[in-house]
Parts: sequence; C-alpha cells; structure tokens
Amino acid sequence: MEHAQQLFGNLFGPEWGPALFLVAKNVLLIVAIVLPLMLAVAYLTFAERKIIGYMQLRVGPNRVTFFGIPWLGGWGQPIADAVKAVMKEIIIPSGANKFLFVLAPVLTFAPALAAWAVVPFSPEVVLADINAGLLYILAMTSMGVYGVIIAGWASNSKYAFLGAMRSAAQVVSYELAMGFALVCVLMMSHSLNLGDIVRGQQGSSFINWYLIPLFPMFLVYFISGVAETNRAPFDVAEGESEIVAGFHVEYSGMAFTVFFLAEYSNMILVATLASIIFLGGWLPPLDMAPFTLVPGFIWLLLKISFLLFCFLWFRATFPRYRYDQIMRLGWKVFIPITLVWILLIGVVMQFPPSMRNAFPLSLWFH
Amino acid sequence: MSFEDIIFYFFSAVLVSSALGVITARNPVHSALLLVLAFFTSAGLWLLLEAEFLAITLVLVYVGAVMVLFLFVVMMLDINLDQLREGFWKWFPFGAFLALLMAGEMAMVLMGKQFGADEMPAPPSRGADYSNTKELGRLIYTEYVYAFELAAVILLVAIVAAIALTLRRRTGIKSPDVAQQVAVKRKDRVRMVSMPSEKKE
Repeated sequence: MEHAQQLFGNLFGPEWGPALFLVAKNVLLIVAIVLPLMLAVAYLTFAERKIIGYMQLRVGPNRVTFFGIPWLGGWGQPIADAVKAVMKEIIIPSGANKFLFVLAPVLTFAPALAAWAVVPFSPEVVLADINAGLLYILAMTSMGVYGVIIAGWASNSKYAFLGAMRSAAQVVSYELAMGFALVCVLMMSHSLNLGDIVRGQQGSSFINWYLIPLFPMFLVYFISGVAETNRAPFDVAEGESEIVAGFHVEYSGMAFTVFFLAEYSNMILVATLASIIFLGGWLPPLDMAPFTLVPGFIWLLLKISFLLFCFLWFRATFPRYRYDQIMRLGWKVFIPITLVWILLIGVVMQFPPSMRNAFPLSLWFH
Repeated sequence: MSFEDIIFYFFSAVLVSSALGVITARNPVHSALLLVLAFFTSAGLWLLLEAEFLAITLVLVYVGAVMVLFLFVVMMLDINLDQLREGFWKWFPFGAFLALLMAGEMAMVLMGKQFGADEMPAPPSRGADYSNTKELGRLIYTEYVYAFELAAVILLVAIVAAIALTLRRRTGIKSPDVAQQVAVKRKDRVRMVSMPSEKKE
C-alpha cells in the first residue's frame, strides 16, 4: 500500500499524488464491493426461483449447468439470463422522451449502489466510516424513487405512468415510518455511525441486540423495507394483473435488467441494514467459544441470508395488498406505532441513572 | 489549483447551469428534474464546507421527499405553456424587483470586505471524528430551543391546515371500514348446510 502511494507521489508530484492515490484506492475498493454484490444479486434471483418453486411444489430452474456437470443443474441459469438480457435489443417507444427514458434505469441503480459505501461488513471493513452513515443511507435510498417516476413518465404510456404514481406515493409514505423507526435506534445508540450502532449492541448474548427492546421497530423497518423495494405483497407499482408491468412495461433488454438489478440490490441492502441495526451486525448470538470462532463477516452473511429468505417467503405467501390498504398501513398503523415508541424510548432515557443501570434496562441503555 | 478546488468548480458549474436550466427549460418536468440536480450539487458543495448534516438533510428532505411530490404534481397537471407565458409582462416589475434584491444580497456576500465580513472569521476546520450532527442537536435543544419550538408549532399548524383544507365528508361512498372487516365472524358469511347426498337418476 505504501509503495503504491509513493509511486503516485513520484508520478504526479506531492500536490496531486495523495489525492489521485485516494481516488484510485477508493475506485478499487468500490469494485471490490460491487462485484460480489452483483454476483449476489444474480444468485438471489436464482435462489428466489428455487425457493418459491419448492414452496409451490415445483422444481424451479434445473437445466443450465457449468461444463455439463449434472449436480450443478440450474446454477448456470443467472449467467444465462444475464447473457440473454445483454443480447436483446433495447426498444425505445416512439413517443418516449429518449434522454430520460435511458437515464431512468441509471437513476434507479446508482443510489442502490451508492448506499453501500457506509455499510460496515466487519469491525474494520467499511469503505467510508462517516459519522452520519445512517442519514446518508436514508438519503440515498430515498433517491431511488426518481428512477421509477422518470421511467413511468418518460415511457409515454398510461400503464407505466400509473405504476410510477403508485410507487411514488407508496415510497414517500413508507419512508416516514422507516425514518421514525431508525430514530429509535439512534436514540439508543447515541450515534449515526453504523459501526458504532453495532458496537452499542455488544454484550454477552443476543439479548443485547436492539431487536429485543425495539422489536416493533424492527417489524416496522423490515415491512417498510419490503414496501420501499416494491416487493410483493407491496408490488402495486408493477401489479401485472391490473397495469401489465407497471413502470417498466416499455423497457426491454438490459435497460429492464438494470431495474431488476436495482430492486435486488435494494433488497440485499435492506436486509443488511436490518441485520446491522437490529440483529447485531457481525456480532455472534452468544459471546462464547464455538460462536466467537466463526468470523464476524460470516455471522453478518447468515443474518442477511435469513432476512432475504423472508423476502422470498413473503412473496410466495401473501396476496398483493389493495392500494388503500397499503396507504392505511403506512400512515395509520406504522407512523403512530413509531411515534409512541420514540416517546417511550425518550421517557426511559430520562429515567434516573440508578434505574437505568438496574438489570433489564442496563442491557441496552449504556 | 488543488484537488478540492477542482471539485468545487465542477459542482459550482453544474449547480449554476442546472439552476439556469430550471428557469429556461420549456418542459416543466425537465425544470423540476433540473431543480433536483441543483439541490443535489449544492448538497455536494455543503459537504465540501464540512456541513455534512445539512448536506445530507438537504438530499433527504428536499430531493427525497419534497421534490418527489412536486414532480408527482407537475406530471399529473396538464400545464398549458402559452397561458403561463401570457403573464410575463404583468409580473415583470415584481420579478425584476426580486432579482435586484437578490443581486444586492449577493453583492454583499461577494464584497464582504466593505461590509465588515472580516469580523466573522471562517470557522476552523475540524477533525474527521467531529460530529456536527451532535453539535447541531445540542445547539438546537439548548440555545435555540424557542426558535426551534416556534418552527415546530408553525409546521404543526400547517399540517392541521393542510388536512382541514382537503378533508371533506362525502356521503354515499363505498369505502370499506377496516374495523368492520376485521370483526367479521365466520357465521356472518358462511352457512353450513348439512345435506344428504343425492342419487343420480
């Protein structure tokens, strides 16, 4: 590392060397995060088709393999799908606004990737260890809706436009509940830094995780996350039974795939954040010998995988919400619950220190 | 010119050109989107000034919520551009007055020396572990608590007013009552009939 830094210093001079070195280093680190993420997205689509297949007593994809190895049946499917999507023509409708039509998938995808910058994978491994990490993530995820709205508008199609309108209203309403749920977390952890939030959950066992005192907030956050990513049962933005495919009805080929990539990387992001914020991130469930031997990153992966499984499980289980039910759940159920919980946490935080340091509260309020 | 300067000039150029685009674009949707770009780049400029809380809040509140609703409305409305242009000369004096006022304000900032800006020195730059979110929270709830609460009350009044303006009770609509739906019992809907099997002739 120092060698490379010196090389940059020699090449570009003392003023430009360090800055360019920083840029080059960060670009490499970004690639190191995005490549595994894309692979995870590809295999999440495969997992989704397999898991939902088994839940519905089907087999799911089982044909495409690598090099004809029979027991890898199906594992080549995501790669084959990607190749197919790249080969297809991108059709731009005649009445569409060309520039915005092409820009929309990019605008959906960019925030979905940008949010990963502040996610801590283990105590030291994080791209940008910034103080306002949680706020940054909220800001980035709130921008993803632009891609959907612009896609719906630029397509010059009524179905796409209806899907975009639904999505905009839905995302804005669930953002509020999500933000309030996170306010509880930052009240307890006294920090907006995701690493510090995990460190605040350190203790002897999973009892110390924020999952226990903030269980309703965990539910609100996770359900809002499902709504925010436009996944079933909140997928009225796509709603194939009423508006064909919603906002991306006019998209084909790679442009359509980019929407898919964004949706799945957003799913992984929501699952990762829920594991970091409520399930103790890289912390093992019990701070004892067999559990602490497993590296923290594996624990984080296990938690993320479980939550992702829940995403797929919901999709296989629940029928789609009616639109007014979605709005009711967001505004009339979640927001009041979160407000009451914020008040509750605030009251507990104002308890005298002798009470806060007594047994049950001392686990979470440091 | 250092690396930071280049970033500054890049953001400034994008900000000024997108702000110009907001008022010159013919399509209102393009204007709204350019305004989003302007907000975003000014958030980038604030980050350069080490005001990360303000920068991220600008993106979160204005880009993430306000502009989404704005875009929503602009897309839904069928705006007649010719009608909008008709009022140009009628409103020109007012607009010119506002423009002059803003030009004067900008002049006061740019010619700070004449207006005694030296007496307010630039704040010292802080380390990476300095959380200005915490500092801002502390100031808002101690020194500026009355101003903060006033703002909160004004916002609350605005919420109440907005709801009061749109709330209207209509009779004869078929909106479902969720409590009623939940309270439904099986015997309200299903009647079990015990019936002997019939023989086919």
